[in-house]
Amino acid sequence: MEKSTPLYHKHLELGAMMVPFAGWLMPLHYGSQLEEHHAVRNDVGVFDVSHMRAIDIQGMDAMRFLRQLLANDIRKIPIGKALYTCMLNEQAGIIDDLIVYHLGDNAYRCVVNAGTTDKDWEWFLKQAASFEVTLTSRDDLSLLALQGPNSFDKLAQVLPSIKDTLQALSSFQLLSEKDLVIAKTGYTGEMGVELMIPNKEVAAIWDNLIAQGVRPIGLAARDSLRLEAGLNLYGVDMDENVTPDESNLSWTIDLRDLERHFIGKEALLAKRQQGVLWQLTGIMLLEKGVCRPDMTVHVKDENNDWQQGKLTSGSFSPTLACGIGLARLPIGSFTQVNVEIRGKQVPAKLIKPPFVRKQHG
Amino acid sequence: MDNIPQTLKYTQTHEWVARESNDVWTVGITDHAQKLLGDVVFIELPAVGDKVIINKEFGVVESVKAASDLYAPISGEIVAINESLVDHPELINQDAYQQGWIIKIKPQAPEQWEQLLEAQAYSQKIS
Repeated sequence: MEKSTPLYHKHLELGAMMVPFAGWLMPLHYGSQLEEHHAVRNDVGVFDVSHMRAIDIQGMDAMRFLRQLLANDIRKIPIGKALYTCMLNEQAGIIDDLIVYHLGDNAYRCVVNAGTTDKDWEWFLKQAASFEVTLTSRDDLSLLALQGPNSFDKLAQVLPSIKDTLQALSSFQLLSEKDLVIAKTGYTGEMGVELMIPNKEVAAIWDNLIAQGVRPIGLAARDSLRLEAGLNLYGVDMDENVTPDESNLSWTIDLRDLERHFIGKEALLAKRQQGVLWQLTGIMLLEKGVCRPDMTVHVKDENNDWQQGKLTSGSFSPTLACGIGLARLPIGSFTQVNVEIRGKQVPAKLIKPPFVRKQHG
Repeated sequence: MDNIPQTLKYTQTHEWVARESNDVWTVGITDHAQKLLGDVVFIELPAVGDKVIINKEFGVVESVKAASDLYAPISGEIVAINESLVDHPELINQDAYQQGWIIKIKPQAPEQWEQLLEAQAYSQKIS
């Protein structure tokens, strides 16, 4: 039996096609994935992402605990800032990727993926045993993402009291308004915010945004938007079998404090010493077609030898009108790239993500 | 509600067939199929003159979310393809039964018309 978010009936009223996703019934689209995708790139859209879970960490050891749990270093973010990070196992495989928000003195909030919530929660509890921290699963919160070049204008209309502070908000910064937390983060490559709202208040804010002309956006467009932005999806582009170095996420590993131990650090350093074998990079078809996950990618190296990799994500880019994907390939540089589509070798090129850069904000 | 014109016949695999004459059958995918696929972004078409075999693939329609094979409703020869779909595959979503037609076939055995599904039977199949 799938769970549903407090906005379930709102989605049905808006004509959403609902699908099971990570144990939840969620909107796939409200008529056209392409139109929703373009609405976010050119105007504004709102996503119900309440299937994701917020976990609060409070107590005198909160920072010490998170500095051990997470591969990026939360010590560098002051109160009111957020940080993207991986959470690794002892082998440096990625348990999850998440955003951690510094809410106040000894108070942090992590927002984790829907499909990994139970696993993450168990891992948090296990690792917290030797720390003075209190963990709270915030099932009472709903999450909305408001994304697109006009997202700040629309939010200011719905919440006029924060208009000025909203305009001054910098990337990965957050503000609180009573029970509401608003952070300038997102998963589309566009300017926008993510909102954490008490369940009982989310419907009113959702209705207000829709009434202002904000378009509801489903999971389908969320995926094509994040892929154009070159952002990894947990479970396909990364999982417990790969390290951040193999997932285009080396930039999230903070090793500057030599004294800091974090889970997975030794394994990660050992693997670096042995030599990283795989990379995750962007790929774009040079002919008409659509990339799909698991398609084989053939690459010719500088010795004219052909090697193989695989697409982890793949889709049609509505903005670029061609097939794009993320591919896990052997380390190296290549003179020729083909994607095997139904037995045919379709020429492609490698691109360092993102595929689409935001033009606004 | 899905649009299922009474004048057309249908396959189990969601193609529709219009008999323009004994020598020319037009084939596309149904309104129901295009809704399931979502936004169509690419179509792989056969060439005029190619032979097709009943119930075998003759092309591929790709939506943003999935690739889906197209199946011939009858054996025969391709006499026309809808070239507008190359640049405007969205015609399949917008007008599945008219501008979104896909191929025209000269059938080998026109009597096979009788084996295709009537609108009512197709309607029951997808309900």
